Amino acid sequence: MESEIQLTPSGRLKHFLSVSGLSRALLTEILDTAESFIEVGERNIRKVPLLRGKTVVNLFFEPSTRTRSTFELAAKRLSADVLNLDISTSATSKGESLSDMLENLEAMASDMFVVRHSQSGAAHFIAESVTPNVAIVNAGDGWHAHPTQAMLDMLTIRQHKGSFEGLKVAIVGDILHSRVARSQIRALNTLGVAEVRVIAPNTLLPNDVECLGVKRFTQMEDGLKDLDVIIMLRLQKERMQGGLLPSEQEYYRLYGLNQQKLAMAKPDAIVMHPGPINRGVEISSDVADGPQSVILNQVTNGIAIRMAVMSMAMSGQTETNTSRKEALE
Amino acid sequence: MTEQIDVATLIAKMAQDIETQMQTRGISTYEIVGIHSGGVWIAQQLRQALKREQAVGEINISFYRDDFTRVGLHPQVSPSNLPFVIDNTHIVLVDDVLMSGRTVRAAMNELFDYGRPASIQFAVLIDINQRELPIAPSVVGTVMALATDERVKLIGPEDLHVNIQKIAIQDN
Amino acid sequence: MNVSAIEIINGKYWANDGWVKFESIRIIDGIITAINSDDPIEPLCVIDAKGGIVCPGLFDLNVALREPGYARNGNIDSETRAAAAAGVTQLCCTPDSQPVNDTKAVTKLIKEQANLSANCEVLPLGALTKALKGEQLSAHASLKEAGCVALSNGAAPISNLLVAQRCFEYAKTQNMPVFMTPMEKDLYEGCMHEGAVSTAIGLKGIPAIAETIAVAQLLQLAKATGVQLHLSQISCAESIQLIAEAKAAGTRVSADVAIVNLLYTHESVKGFNSHFHCIPPLRTEQDRQALLEGLKSGAIDAICSAHLPWEAAEKRMPFVETAVGMSSIESLIPAAVKLNENGELKLEVFLKAMTENPRNILHKEQNTIETGATANITVIDTEQKWVVEQQQTYSKGDNTMFYNEEVKGRVIATLCNGRLTHNTQDLNSKNNC
Repeated sequence: MESEIQLTPSGRLKHFLSVSGLSRALLTEILDTAESFIEVGERNIRKVPLLRGKTVVNLFFEPSTRTRSTFELAAKRLSADVLNLDISTSATSKGESLSDMLENLEAMASDMFVVRHSQSGAAHFIAESVTPNVAIVNAGDGWHAHPTQAMLDMLTIRQHKGSFEGLKVAIVGDILHSRVARSQIRALNTLGVAEVRVIAPNTLLPNDVECLGVKRFTQMEDGLKDLDVIIMLRLQKERMQGGLLPSEQEYYRLYGLNQQKLAMAKPDAIVMHPGPINRGVEISSDVADGPQSVILNQVTNGIAIRMAVMSMAMSGQTETNTSRKEALE
Repeated sequence: MTEQIDVATLIAKMAQDIETQMQTRGISTYEIVGIHSGGVWIAQQLRQALKREQAVGEINISFYRDDFTRVGLHPQVSPSNLPFVIDNTHIVLVDDVLMSGRTVRAAMNELFDYGRPASIQFAVLIDINQRELPIAPSVVGTVMALATDERVKLIGPEDLHVNIQKIAIQDN
Repeated sequence: MNVSAIEIINGKYWANDGWVKFESIRIIDGIITAINSDDPIEPLCVIDAKGGIVCPGLFDLNVALREPGYARNGNIDSETRAAAAAGVTQLCCTPDSQPVNDTKAVTKLIKEQANLSANCEVLPLGALTKALKGEQLSAHASLKEAGCVALSNGAAPISNLLVAQRCFEYAKTQNMPVFMTPMEKDLYEGCMHEGAVSTAIGLKGIPAIAETIAVAQLLQLAKATGVQLHLSQISCAESIQLIAEAKAAGTRVSADVAIVNLLYTHESVKGFNSHFHCIPPLRTEQDRQALLEGLKSGAIDAICSAHLPWEAAEKRMPFVETAVGMSSIESLIPAAVKLNENGELKLEVFLKAMTENPRNILHKEQNTIETGATANITVIDTEQKWVVEQQQTYSKGDNTMFYNEEVKGRVIATLCNGRLTHNTQDLNSKNNC
């Protein structure tokens, strides 16, 4: 199963590929660890020596300035050496296979790969079949998962709401193509919220979306009632060209979040967005900049969560490699 | 080991020693920093005994341990909190038990990441004296010997007292 | 010593609706001369069925031999050898070689190489359209002359219905059956079944309607043109219903199912296991059960392997980028034994779907186990345990469903048109059959 390859026999994280299959206790441990890393960012010397001497390679097969820079910052705050690989100009475009390229990197004594790839399952493929002794952190694979984003969103929710119990959370937007949404839904359900809703037109919802453990709403007004947390997803331009939506204007009218619609949720509801925001398409400026928006908190939490996940995965991976060496002796 | 340890008496003695030493060295201002969690409790007791206004600093050394890769992280301890500048400050570092000296090494590394102290002196309630590193306390409550299967633990934060526990020996 | 004699002992065969035990089946010069003969002879070799099964040689309707063109992944020699080891005596090879089998020349090349290897009989399927592009007719008559037994779209969609209609009319003129994998081009984008699993793991899925709509269209076209239609590798429950209705209404249609769809569902893809990246995709448990029922009711006539071997590197990538298909021919018998033991499909139904029914579809004479018949026989030890791994199989492809798994049931000998093409035993140590 997906989750088995992520854990050591003693239940510690050695790869972070997906929220799927991880227990509530482990997810809570990630959140708690991240909390203790937030303070590091407030010191003069924003570093701790946990990953000193370790090499972290950022393998971004899909471009991304924001996510890559937060991973880079997180690794550096853990005192790791960071190598950034821009895959579009490197070996794979010359025909070298993905597995050959990665094995070469491993031979150069890399301890961790942070991988973003356009194909679902890429991080699993690497962890399972290519370099199982390198800790793999999934920075987003196709439509499948974006677990660090989901965890930082969970941290933000916990900071503002105290606990997950009894919460009603809705995710609004292109669920069909969203790895963030899939990871968020899994995390929310594992952490025990009361209800997860998805709000979108049928063209942007998978037919079987209820199998993920959510309630489907195609009318936004119905979905907003009684909500504690509203997560808005970014709408990509390609969706209009792909025949899934007629226009941005109609989307904004039906599914965009403005002050008027926000008032239908609970008065202390928080508004989140994994970014980058399309003002006037998913969300109005006054809501994005307003008092109920916690979008900027999400950014700080991003570094802390990534520090937590990277240090946990590195320690689990080291445990595995040490017992492997001992078994061989 | 059946000797009863009276923590309050030891605290009083340690406070006296700190005052004497500061006078000898000509240090007029200094800060107290306790190592989580037992060291913080002792540090707070010392602050009271020394009638100081300034709050004690607290450091959590979990990110500076040298056994991180073997035992992993312990997220439940509260984060470090140093409400004063470290640069050019005289520090009294406080802990409950000194054994191998590795905790003090980690604490010093962490303090240096905050700034460059003028000096660091180390005050400890109980010195077990099983050093693995060249660490020397300048203020000691009491010295104690332990068998290989014994460990000592400070219980608190209320009603501070010391327990001696038997442990299973692990093959390292 | 009778050097032209082979004797099979100690097994059972299916006759008159039951399993009939036999002591010996004697084959001399490739003809079955006696069953349970009292006459002792010293044959060249003796094959001990160990209480297992003897059946007519298997007829596989869909095998990719990878030659010409895909040399790293297999060739006629290796894959027909694998077929012999799988108990197959006759097979239809798919036209999706490189170049495509759309000319006499390629058909002849295939037949010549198959004859040289002499592992089994190869009956090529010719390409329905030029280069399998789904746009223009290929030379159906020439292909038939060169030895093709039917025309196939090679699991590539036809570009539009008018082209399909013309192809059917022309094939009917040449009296050639058409083998079509039902795929509605505009809906067939994706790498697995569209359902709960594809939703959860975020892979683009192929909905059931991509197949069922094509099935409905092809059935209507077959009815209108009168061509003999065979639907290849059905995967959806609803397709079976449409086929059963068409049969009841008198349309000339038959259908087969790939062995992997009888054992596995889309759940196998959950860990992104690329061995299960197949087209048509593995669907739900309800579909799998309906396929098994379809075999029992006769709505589905045949089982095929849909054998498509790939070298390891082609499956060693993120899921979507991996090559499609499974090296399945040597898994046929272990799969049959598993289905029988699970109570899901009786062995005799499996065997009928791989012996009698395929031959009826192509109007070939039956292979029978009776005196006077040419020996086309497969001997199966239903109890033997083995591991499906590289050293134990003949195919160049490792992309099997039972990869490194221990399975039960193995072909121990195969006779094709009287000749021993596969033999794992050698009870007469002086001689090597």
